[in-house]
Amino acid sequence: MSEIFRLEKGGLINRNKKLSFKFNGKKYFGYEGDTLASALLANGVHLVGRSFKYHRPRGFFGAGVDEPYAIVQMNRNNEVDPNVRATEQELFEGLEAKSVNCWPNVDFDIGAINNFLNKFFPAGFYYKTFMWPKSFWYKIYEPIIRKAAGFGAASIKHDKERYEHKYEYCDLLITGSGPSGLATAYAAAKNGARVILAEDKSRFGGSLLTSDVTIGNQSGQEWAEKIISELKSMPNVIVKNRSQVFGYYDHNMLVMSERVSDHLPKTDKYIPKQRLWYIRAKEVVISSGSIERPLVFGNNDSPGVMLSSAAKEYLKVYGVLVGKKPIVFTNNDSGYETAIEFKKNGIDPIILDTRKDANSEIIKEAKELNINIKFSYVVVAAKGYKKVNSADIAKISDDKKNISNIENIKCDCICVSGFWTPTIHLASQSGNKTKFNEEIDAFIPSQSKQKETTLGAANGVFTLEETIKTSFKKGSELSKQITNKESKVSIPTVVEKKSSNHDKFWCVPLPEGKNYKRFLDFQNDVAVSDIYLALREGYRSIEHVKRYTTLGMATDQGKTSNLNGLQLVSEVENKVVPQVGHTTFRPPYTPVSIGAIVGREIGKHSKPTRKSPMHYWHEKNNAVFVDAGVWLRPRYYKQGNEDLFEASKREAKNVRQNVGVCDVTTLGKIDIKGPDSAEFLNRVYTNAWLKLPVGKARYGVMLREDGIVMDDGTTTRISENHYHMTTTTAQAANVLSHLEYYLQLVWPELNVNVVSSTEQWAGAAIAGPKSRDVLQKLFPDLDVSKEGLPFMGYMEGNLFGVKAKIYRISFSGELAYEVNVESDNGNYMWEKIIEIGKEFNIQPYGTEALSTLRIEMGHVAGSELDGRTIPYDNSLEGLVSKKKDFIGKRSLSKTAYVAPDRQKVVGVIPLDKKTSIPEGSYIVKDAKAKLPNPKLGHVSASCWSVEYDNPFSLAIIKDGKNMIGQKLFALSPLKNKTIPVEIVSSHYVDPKGERVRS
Amino acid sequence: MLHIKCPHCGLRSQNEFSYGGDATVKRPELNKEVSDKGWDNFVYLRKSPRGKHLELWQHISGCRQWIKVERDTLTHEIFKTLKANEEA
Ligand SMILES: [Zn+2]
Repeated sequence: MSEIFRLEKGGLINRNKKLSFKFNGKKYFGYEGDTLASALLANGVHLVGRSFKYHRPRGFFGAGVDEPYAIVQMNRNNEVDPNVRATEQELFEGLEAKSVNCWPNVDFDIGAINNFLNKFFPAGFYYKTFMWPKSFWYKIYEPIIRKAAGFGAASIKHDKERYEHKYEYCDLLITGSGPSGLATAYAAAKNGARVILAEDKSRFGGSLLTSDVTIGNQSGQEWAEKIISELKSMPNVIVKNRSQVFGYYDHNMLVMSERVSDHLPKTDKYIPKQRLWYIRAKEVVISSGSIERPLVFGNNDSPGVMLSSAAKEYLKVYGVLVGKKPIVFTNNDSGYETAIEFKKNGIDPIILDTRKDANSEIIKEAKELNINIKFSYVVVAAKGYKKVNSADIAKISDDKKNISNIENIKCDCICVSGFWTPTIHLASQSGNKTKFNEEIDAFIPSQSKQKETTLGAANGVFTLEETIKTSFKKGSELSKQITNKESKVSIPTVVEKKSSNHDKFWCVPLPEGKNYKRFLDFQNDVAVSDIYLALREGYRSIEHVKRYTTLGMATDQGKTSNLNGLQLVSEVENKVVPQVGHTTFRPPYTPVSIGAIVGREIGKHSKPTRKSPMHYWHEKNNAVFVDAGVWLRPRYYKQGNEDLFEASKREAKNVRQNVGVCDVTTLGKIDIKGPDSAEFLNRVYTNAWLKLPVGKARYGVMLREDGIVMDDGTTTRISENHYHMTTTTAQAANVLSHLEYYLQLVWPELNVNVVSSTEQWAGAAIAGPKSRDVLQKLFPDLDVSKEGLPFMGYMEGNLFGVKAKIYRISFSGELAYEVNVESDNGNYMWEKIIEIGKEFNIQPYGTEALSTLRIEMGHVAGSELDGRTIPYDNSLEGLVSKKKDFIGKRSLSKTAYVAPDRQKVVGVIPLDKKTSIPEGSYIVKDAKAKLPNPKLGHVSASCWSVEYDNPFSLAIIKDGKNMIGQKLFALSPLKNKTIPVEIVSSHYVDPKGERVRS
Repeated sequence: MLHIKCPHCGLRSQNEFSYGGDATVKRPELNKEVSDKGWDNFVYLRKSPRGKHLELWQHISGCRQWIKVERDTLTHEIFKTLKANEEA
């Protein structure tokens, strides 16, 4: 099909570059500079989608962000992009798009049967109909509704496009490059302010691109071009097109979405598809203009019915006629401008003006052009199913209550203008208390809450002269406060045609006996009758009416429907609009893709990955890694065909029999220095610290103020006023903040400094009966004998030329040492340990074996210190000092904490000595008791004991102290298991702790 | 996102800070008798005022200092920020 609706010349498109594209599988041509919408219209394509609820045929209604209908599914770069507005999508060579919300296709849509059954789809339909029977919801109702409703289908594939985030600061952020935005930006930039000017369209200039005005001897469009090119050349100005400021947040933080390469056939590898800007602005100027309001009449959603401003934009910007036999239906002078443009291009429009009479320069021009104008006339209903082919028009009485002389006239489009609605979304988001302006029947910003000013049409000012004047002034004023500079800018003279007053009439009454659907919300299919119904059913608050009818809740956020909805409610309720009030505007102003919100923080970039200095050795030696917080730790080292179970058993056994080495770099480490360090530790830990000698380590438990165990670890006195604290991997950051809190706020008199040293040290735990032999060979000059380096002893040594710290501490319950060297030497240390340990059958072991070793020893860890347990629960009460005070001590005397049957950690063995007990299982007395079966507690950790070769678990159960020897049941409803068990001591292996002291 | 003026570093975005609760709560002194009620008040009970609130924030991704922030909980207006040792 050729472009039969494209004018021979005119518009801002590049006629030298023809582009081919596909819509619903069919090939068309357009030009560079077209949007998908303008290119389709040039080809006479009006039917682009089906409506949300009734599946009625829908075309184009607007030419920009306000478009409620023309939402398409894009195929670009081998990626699917759902819910793209065709009015915003710029054309590129090879573009492919298709309609959404129709099946099997847009021409023949089965869902359209809803339209003929529409009596059964009133407001609140889903709430009323699909309530019963309840069991039908998941299996029958929901899947069908989901298939029938909604717009595009999101891809289930991983999105390979690149999205970026950017942070920016500026003095003035200006949202919109129409006359007010340009004038403000220019004046502010001249005063040296750092300015960001954001325009959501590809072209700058806003209304100047389509209006017939003169600014300082230039056409509006030429003036806009001149200002923009000057702004672009200034180093203190960032000018961005295709960029929508969609959210206004606290403390003047605004977020802008830039469509960097959506208009290109393909995303460059190093250029993102979209970029999200977080902008902190000292002042914000909202110059977002206004959106034309629809008029409401029968079938006002038919393809071919559109805003008159959109028709004018298609003509002036794209050189496209939306029809060749247009009706312009208006209640103000704006419609005349569109009609005049048609006439100038050889098309004869008819103007239906709801006003009885009106006079202005614009109307005079229309009359001089011999345009057929009918005053006191309305469109009653559009006719034609998939495209308007005629309209029933009628004379309307002076009181606007009655229509007469209905006649049918042929037409191929109806351009409507119901006056203008200022775009106040951003001002409202910032907390501006908006007020209703009777003169324009719309809300405008009033009292700013943040540093924000609204100018021009967004502020309800519809004359260019005043807009230009106030914007130059405001831009200069606001910037002067920031930069203290003032350079004179002369305000250009403006020539524009004066308008007459608009008519407040906007909703055409139904003719007798007719039941036409008259739509308010075009995207969510909310008609006048739905509002009547909601009010009849007792909904009063506009917020409730909105939710019940879904008015203004679609992806266009009611840009074209909100005010008409409000006017209707206030009319029926006999209130004035400000009494009804508008619903809250919330970000985003336009839909934002999830990809842009996520940015680069995706997949492995969603959090940092920390690797120990020995990581590559682990990798080379077949380690299977596991996430431990942000760290990657070896879970086990795979040999041959081993699985997790076999490998971890082998590794743990080797520690018990020979010697193993484990990477413990991830442990949190905090360096503590200062003369009051001992006193501080004494307050932080539950046990006594004042008498710990230099060169000794001690195990400590710290509580929160509520008595719950926060963390545990060993702390070593390196020298008189220097301690080395270790924390669990998970709690490292919290413990540091906790210590800083007490030092800075509670006990500032203590002279102590703390700093994280986690990343400064690489650590290796050497554990097992032969660990001393390995250590001795690593440090031949040191006396590491039982007496020379006793349990909980500390030494410094020289590991083949590298400074090392040796702590005799044990998590595995075996004779064990932890060797720390500076991170850079970590791998060197590790390789030495493996090399020297070879003759003692050393093997590396991972976190799984580490867990096995600690569980069968009854050492508590994260799964027991789970933020719900006190020291007693973990059998750590021996470490709680009775003599001194410490953080959380006062809480330990709470009634529940001293109850005689208080929960306690115990060991659990299955009676058959074979069945592993799932972690999280309940411990119950009677497996067959009626539900809910009273539980005694839960299994916190499970392993396969390598010492006894049977399953062993730890559990925290009520009255654990007196439960030893009892036969109970472990119940796992998740795994559907009931396991008879015996409760034993949690210290399953070496209960006297002889090995660690050997 | 709030813009908080750290008394040590200057204006920084909220995501550099972590929230630390009511800054007017005083921990009972060590080794002093505290009633059950007094202790419960200290550990658990916090007001949730609408309006001015003196609260703690830690500049965790900055100087790591705990600071006091006087903020309106309704409007998010920040009236002043103080060092840990300064009184409101
Ligand atoms: Zn700071």
